[in-house]
Amino acid sequence: MSAPDAPGRRAGLARRRFLQALGLVAGAASAPTVLLMRPAGARAPDEPASARQRWGLLIDAGKCAEGCDACVRGCNEEHGLRGQGRPATDAQWIRKLDVRGPEKGRAFSLPMMCQHCASAPCVDVCPTGASFRRADGIVLVDKHTCIGCRYCMLACPYKARSFIHENLRDQLPHAPRGRGTVESCTLCVHRVDADGEAAQPACAEACAAAGHAAIVFGDLSDPRSPVARELAARGGRQVRADLGLDTGVRYQGL
Amino acid sequence: MIATHRGSRLLDALRFSVLGLVLLAGAWLDAAAGARITIPEPAPGRGEACVEPTDLMRREHMNFIEHQRDATVHRGIRTSRHSFKGCIDCHAVRKDDGQLARHDDPQHFCADCHRYTAVRIDCFDCHADRPTANEPAADAAAPRSLARLAALPPPPDCTAGGLPRPGS
Repeated sequence: MSAPDAPGRRAGLARRRFLQALGLVAGAASAPTVLLMRPAGARAPDEPASARQRWGLLIDAGKCAEGCDACVRGCNEEHGLRGQGRPATDAQWIRKLDVRGPEKGRAFSLPMMCQHCASAPCVDVCPTGASFRRADGIVLVDKHTCIGCRYCMLACPYKARSFIHENLRDQLPHAPRGRGTVESCTLCVHRVDADGEAAQPACAEACAAAGHAAIVFGDLSDPRSPVARELAARGGRQVRADLGLDTGVRYQGL
Repeated sequence: MIATHRGSRLLDALRFSVLGLVLLAGAWLDAAAGARITIPEPAPGRGEACVEPTDLMRREHMNFIEHQRDATVHRGIRTSRHSFKGCIDCHAVRKDDGQLARHDDPQHFCADCHRYTAVRIDCFDCHADRPTANEPAADAAAPRSLARLAALPPPPDCTAGGLPRPGS
């Protein structure tokens, strides 16, 4: 019974060993390639955003210079935001604020944009589901569903959203925008989708180029990310933390 | 008697020639009417073939785009196969003056058929209607249908000033 089977079994074992060896070689060859090709948190184009990441920003108000609006300009350029000559209603995804404490007179400057809250009031109040929070924490407006009611603008404690009043032309392919919809900072979602942790939102890029490097982008849920390490080392605050919104944008030096 | 006979023959000939003229004129009018409703033949895109067979794209392109739209906006899936941006990049039409056709231009790939079918779309109220300047220009060698299109009179219902846009 076993005698006629033996050569066949031996051949099977040899084949298995050969395949195992082949697998090891292939694995050894492909593993570093994958690691090299994909920065942390970067996804393949067909891979959906995942709750493994929580994208956010850490902004150091101590490094943010008064009178500098490099981040605002960088954002405007990246998304094709152009003023319509109406400052009261022109879209602003980042507002640059100069703040002075009323008691001690301590002054500092900071950029204020969508805080990408975990419990976002804009998402709660949206009647059509156009305001939504992506699995990886980025709060966005689906402009296909937005009816322009502007409840989210009223609900946002950070005044982060803008409504588009005018017909627009020459929008950028990666930043579709149009009249009758609400919009706000997307955390440069097109860059994040392409590059993950290696992505630099336009504001962070412009801030670094202006020599301040006050804005750092990263994954709040990855303890090894620069943002999480910095937060662990020096701490960071949420603006209006009392509201319990768990913002994805944190500040230092407030 | 002879004269009358000859006269009737002349009359017959006249009748026939008038009939012939009427028939000819009718045929000519038919041809003219036929030319007015020639089916659009949009400029071919870049590359060998579209992402789906042409007949499927004609019927289903809006569903492909809509499906991809939700996947991209809500889940961050950015495959290019059925992406709106992919359509625009591939199907941009360079006009004779060297400019890329805008969405309100009858030569624009989308406008071409959408004018013909009288289906008004608002995609381009928000989306870019051509690739950005630094991206590779689309197929410049599509003169066949472009020349044909230029020769065609525009459909009678939207001759004046392109498609009406909301609020304008």
